[in-house]
Amino acid sequence: MGEQLVETNGLSKTYGTVTAVDRVSLSVWRGEVYGFLGPNGAGKTTTLRMLAGLVRPTAGSASVHGDQPGSPRALARTGVLIEAPRFYPYLSGRDNLRVVARYAGVPDQQVEGVLETVDLAARGKDRYTGYSLGMKQRLGVAAALLKDPELLILDEPTNGLDPAGMRDMRALIRDLGERGHTVLLSSHLLGEVQQLCDRVGVISRGRLLAESTVDDLLGQAGLLVRAEPMQKAHEVLEHLVGDGNVAAADGTFRLRTEPSKAGRVSRALADAGVTLTELRPLERTLEEVFLEMTGTERTGQ
Amino acid sequence: MIASFKAELLKLRKRPATWILLGVVLGLTQLFGYILPYSSWATSDQNFQTQGLDPQAVLAGTLPGELVPTSLGGFPVFAGALALILGALATGSEYGWGTMQTALTQRPTRLAVYGGKAAALAASSLAIVIATFALNAVVAGVLATVESRALDYPSAAELARGIGSGWLIMGMWCGLGALLGFAFRGVALPVGLGVVWVLGVEGLVSAVAGSLLTSLQPLRDLLPGVNAGSLVWSLAPGGGSSGETAPGVIDAVTGGRATLTLTLYVAAFLAAGAVLVRRRDVT
Repeated sequence: MGEQLVETNGLSKTYGTVTAVDRVSLSVWRGEVYGFLGPNGAGKTTTLRMLAGLVRPTAGSASVHGDQPGSPRALARTGVLIEAPRFYPYLSGRDNLRVVARYAGVPDQQVEGVLETVDLAARGKDRYTGYSLGMKQRLGVAAALLKDPELLILDEPTNGLDPAGMRDMRALIRDLGERGHTVLLSSHLLGEVQQLCDRVGVISRGRLLAESTVDDLLGQAGLLVRAEPMQKAHEVLEHLVGDGNVAAADGTFRLRTEPSKAGRVSRALADAGVTLTELRPLERTLEEVFLEMTGTERTGQ
Repeated sequence: MIASFKAELLKLRKRPATWILLGVVLGLTQLFGYILPYSSWATSDQNFQTQGLDPQAVLAGTLPGELVPTSLGGFPVFAGALALILGALATGSEYGWGTMQTALTQRPTRLAVYGGKAAALAASSLAIVIATFALNAVVAGVLATVESRALDYPSAAELARGIGSGWLIMGMWCGLGALLGFAFRGVALPVGLGVVWVLGVEGLVSAVAGSLLTSLQPLRDLLPGVNAGSLVWSLAPGGGSSGETAPGVIDAVTGGRATLTLTLYVAAFLAAGAVLVRRRDVT
């Protein structure tokens, strides 16, 4: 798959008796957009803080670019935006980036470039406190981009944004991914992760429940069929898609087959004299998968 | 560390609070070092409140010859308190705004970020001391010219010693403020506690040790403010030719011991701050 930019092994963090992150082992590969998915309080931010060197693990290990998180070599190649943008309120957006540039050891000239990238050049001289939430978020991304990092760690980058701001931020992240940046993106917005990410890790209550591609996580697609009489319909469908690929439940049949076979299913049932009352693609959303995994659907949360 | 130092200097230079604190230090130094004494001297023949004071001695304190003690007079107490506020603001607000996270996720190590901040605060403290001496030198020169007195400035060595002592005192208080900012990860509590200590506790302990409970003197002689006051005293014993000593200027320990104690305080504050920054999680 290429080079691993981020790797954790049994990474854990406890605060007193509370285990925030529990033996998380994940890997992020060069060039991918990795979604770190979990409900609020699942341990996403703590994990990312450990990867940025801000929080020390209680147990386990992590490496970023093959180095210890928080080491100058790792930080030099990593742009970080965790939770919310953090800037000096008395400085302008441009001066805030100049401060970050000095810390990062990059020339001031790059400040203008990243302001252009996030469409803030025209407001660069305005004081940070006058920025809208969306502008602050974009300035945070600009700061993360200053070093032209290979890896971007973005924690809930669309938090608090209006729909247009969220769309712009998603477009920016997609663009970064297409330009070869590796992005580790945490979010509790399932649609966002489904749209943007190549692979996802699902975390709940501090534990990594799954890590795979979005397609693998969603599983194979299928068809939902409602037809009468049921017995005859069952026979026809089993004959068409195979014995093990038809599941009856609640007066419907769930077929494990390509949704593109809907026409053949319709014709076969009609030829057998079965009345078809419903036929639609059965595609699980990431939300359904996520709720199944985290178990919160049972409590109705 | 140089990268962090540059970043810190930019932040301090652009921060209005830095200039306000400098302005207050300069303003108070002028008020208590020159404006009030000169006004007192100028009106001494009509002002019964100055009866008993030698008007010439009052004027002497405003002339170039007394530049060092007059400039340093406010450092142990009010300028020290302002330096403490500068230190607390520079470190505590990083936690309040969450910008410590921004600084620590760039390139430098934690200790490099910390070192840059310490160096920038040291440079700012020195700049405040030099600005105080420079403004005072100008004002003293003007007053000497107006009063037809000699422009008899201290020697370069005396000036260097005065500026160095002022820097040590301001750096010590600034370091304490910075340490409190790191320790409490905020501004309000460090500033409150620090100012109460500088303006209240030190004076009370000194007063008690000087009169009611003299057995407390060894403890008093370890206090930072007492050592700062002793260092200023050592440069102009008895208040110099003016015969007036500023609040907090005290003959408690020798100049050498005061210098050593203050240096140890600076080192201790630096070391404690480094431990806090290096070891604690940033959340």
